[in-house]
Amino acid sequence: MSTKVKKMLFILSKATIENAYAAFVMANGARMEGIESEIFFTFFGLEAIQKKKLEHLKVATVGNPGMHIPTMIGGLPGMEALATKMMKKEMDKLDMPPVDEFLEILSDSGCKLWACKLAVDMFHLDREDLIDDLDGILTIGDFYSRADQEGCQLLFI
Amino acid sequence: MKKFIANTEIDVNDEGYLTDFSQWNKDIGNELAKEQEIEMTDKHWEVIDYIHDKYKNEEPLSIRGIKKSGVINIKEFYALFPAGPLKKATLIAGIPKPKSCI
Repeated sequence: MSTKVKKMLFILSKATIENAYAAFVMANGARMEGIESEIFFTFFGLEAIQKKKLEHLKVATVGNPGMHIPTMIGGLPGMEALATKMMKKEMDKLDMPPVDEFLEILSDSGCKLWACKLAVDMFHLDREDLIDDLDGILTIGDFYSRADQEGCQLLFI
Repeated sequence: MKKFIANTEIDVNDEGYLTDFSQWNKDIGNELAKEQEIEMTDKHWEVIDYIHDKYKNEEPLSIRGIKKSGVINIKEFYALFPAGPLKKATLIAGIPKPKSCI
């Protein structure tokens, strides 16, 4: 019996840049290994595929113990922007693409990008608000049917 | 370990990558490609040339780099070297497997 992972399905539910990149890097890494990959953007994760918002994703400076700054200070005006700027600089050093280019790379690499219908309706979004490379808007049932094969793993981010 | 291919003995690691690039030649590349079920075309060789240039200049390989290469776009790259294009292209090119995550 083969135990090899054949397909990875990611569910991105958060709008913070670190979560979006976690999904992107792992989905792209799967494609590079010859594994199928797809990302389902739901709730705040939809920000990553909204044309007007995707360039403005931020690092969470509040409620994030990894930041090693007191929560009160993390909440001060400008902290989020500063932390995001610093992180983007570090990512640039590693040649990590910005969000729009990363989505383009993923799509070109054969990674399917889906928006969650319920969340799209909840945030009153239209298809035109979302990136052109999007493969479609799915119900959770549609998404599960895409997982219905041997060697498929689902990951919630 | 030793491997006999295209009438030549080469040294490879346990994943099949050449451990000494100086042993590589085009015939070996062709045979390694066949083992990956890839039939080399001119376009494949253009990509291999690009990869060799990068290797000689000690520049890391990445999918983003492929996008900027001007030699090939990402869609074509995946079509030419299906199922793990960077892994397969570097194996055929006789250089180490890239360590990059992106």
